[in-house]
Amino acid sequence: MATVAYGTDRTDEAARQAAFDAAVAADERIEPRDWMPDAYRASLVRQMAQHAHSEIIGMQPEANWITRAPSLRRKAILMAKVQDEAGHGLYLYSAAETLGTSREELLDKLHAGRQRYSSIFNYPTLTWADVGAIGWLVDGAAITNQVPLCRCSYGPYARAMVRICKEESFHQRQGYELLLALSRGTPAQHAMAQDAVDRWWWPSLMMFGPPDEESGHSAQSMAWKIKRHSNDELRRRFIEISGPQADALGLTLPTGEIDWDEFKEVLKGNGPCNEQRIAQRRRAHEEGAWVRDAAVAYAAKHGEGKPS
Amino acid sequence: MTATDWPLWEVFVRSRRGLSHTHAGSLHAPDAEMALRNARDLYTRRSEGVSIWVVPSTAVTASSPDEKDSFFEPAGDKPYRHPTFYEIPEGVQHL
Ligand SMILES: [Fe+2]
Ligand SMILES: [Fe+2]
Repeated sequence: MATVAYGTDRTDEAARQAAFDAAVAADERIEPRDWMPDAYRASLVRQMAQHAHSEIIGMQPEANWITRAPSLRRKAILMAKVQDEAGHGLYLYSAAETLGTSREELLDKLHAGRQRYSSIFNYPTLTWADVGAIGWLVDGAAITNQVPLCRCSYGPYARAMVRICKEESFHQRQGYELLLALSRGTPAQHAMAQDAVDRWWWPSLMMFGPPDEESGHSAQSMAWKIKRHSNDELRRRFIEISGPQADALGLTLPTGEIDWDEFKEVLKGNGPCNEQRIAQRRRAHEEGAWVRDAAVAYAAKHGEGKPS
Repeated sequence: MTATDWPLWEVFVRSRRGLSHTHAGSLHAPDAEMALRNARDLYTRRSEGVSIWVVPSTAVTASSPDEKDSFFEPAGDKPYRHPTFYEIPEGVQHL
């Protein structure tokens, strides 16, 4: 869509800021062509890019098990879930594009290590039970984070989140069902399920971000109604709902404290799989180049690819 | 056009026969045919649609949010366009 060049008159600017503040205060949505503060736009691009990157990097740990799924049923489910995550990435990249940043630019930044994705995807999937633990805990934590984002002040982001949240509940339930089957299986299967939960619990809690007093972006994001609840508030909610769910699984949740030093190390790039994830992402992008080139050649030959 | 600047398409999905197409989102594709196929995979993985339109995003002309007050104002002072504007005696039926 064409964009309108705005005047930069100072009174204009103040009036626009006031209109923006009033819309946010009234719980109205900000839409792509509305005036918005530069910092609001930048903050949204940062958060949405990180979110989109997480969706597509998150395909890797689970895709690792597609060829080894124990039944055709489980394999079909896992393929559908991984495909959904690709879709989530695309919804979010196109929502981010409404802010004037191209998908290409965001992917370049991901590949260059200049934008982040969720720390959770830097952990390895060691056993089949990890696929269950990811669905239950990682998708579960994501849902807890994302449901309030459906009311985010930026319209395109909120709409993408509505679509994503609808799809996430299948992700969580298939993981829970998978763990339940293992938990009720042989002693070895039960132990495998418990081990997966023991390993994924802490990284899942870290998905909510640093404690409130250390969370740099939080206060401003909440004032802008991008975020609706603090990190610790969401984390507490997730812990509360997980306890009874673990009981019903016949599994236990670890006790203790979150190791924030580990979190910082993973963010710095020193997690178990950081390098592997980004190397695989780059390789997939490079190896897909011929497909993109072929599509362009086909479009050119058939005189389409309009408009541009 | 190179492989990195595929045009953007707006996707509209008719969820059921009898309903109109509704904007679902957007996507990049090299041509209309690929845009349709990608739209099917992206927006109708759970049978959300029975028909899809794809429209080049550049073909959309939008009203300006800056002029929204003056642009939509003419309708504001015409309450007589609504049935609730008229007073009808109590008891009159089918009106
Ligand atoms: Fe997702
Ligand atoms: Fe998911």
